[in-house]
Amino acid sequence: MVDLVWFQLLSAVLFVIGLYGVMSRRSAVLIVMSIELMLNAVNINLIAAASHMEGTGKFSNFDGQLIAIFIITVAAAEVGLALALILRLYRNKSTVNVDEINLMKW
Amino acid sequence: MAWIVFIALAVLTIGGGLGVVVTRNVVHAALALLVSLIAVAGVYLVLFAEFLALVQVLIYGGAIIIVLMFAIMLTRSADYPRITDNKQWPLAALASLAFLGVLAPSFIIDRVENTQSQNASFEGIGESLFTTWAVPFEIASLVLLVALIGAIIIARSDEEEG
Repeated sequence: MVDLVWFQLLSAVLFVIGLYGVMSRRSAVLIVMSIELMLNAVNINLIAAASHMEGTGKFSNFDGQLIAIFIITVAAAEVGLALALILRLYRNKSTVNVDEINLMKW
Repeated sequence: MAWIVFIALAVLTIGGGLGVVVTRNVVHAALALLVSLIAVAGVYLVLFAEFLALVQVLIYGGAIIIVLMFAIMLTRSADYPRITDNKQWPLAALASLAFLGVLAPSFIIDRVENTQSQNASFEGIGESLFTTWAVPFEIASLVLLVALIGAIIIARSDEEEG
């Protein structure tokens, strides 16, 4: 049986890959994809911890899985909003390159 | 057996993730993201979370990839075949590796030995969702409603307003 720590390490590596993507990419679409990677890393961590927990105690066994369901919900809403924002940006500035979007930069 | 499946899925997950952040073609990045997300669904199956694996394939593999493909299609510009990274990418790689250097040892030091995965039944998830988590569930539906109405208003073109 695979120990909990391996799932946690997988989640850490995936999160770091997403973090690198957010910091290094220029296209807004690719930044959204990297954020999805980070959210998935968090979900792996939550579900691994939930299914490796001992059965008894105050909390039910499924809390980690339920939080992951809410994260997936919020991720879906976030991608929908991100599509709208990217479309608006593209229409107004003709680019999705975040380096060129410096209207609010002091 | 579980080890072989887990290693294969971990390689697919991390390979897909690396594909997202290193490829020069934005459509290839979306496909690599799809590979990574489906492999994550497999990881959920290794963890006996069947419901989450189903949700992962439906929401991520279906809806979110399609929405991202729409975003790619509708914003296609001249520089898309040759996208470039920021100039600070070595610094970003360094910062990411440093973060991994903090995260991974903290997981390893606090590891729990000989844990046992167990199955969460559909009934248990459903009961918990509609009793303990009923209020967050309703708030999540409100969040989705507000986000989608907001998305429609933001994306609407100027001529249709007023």
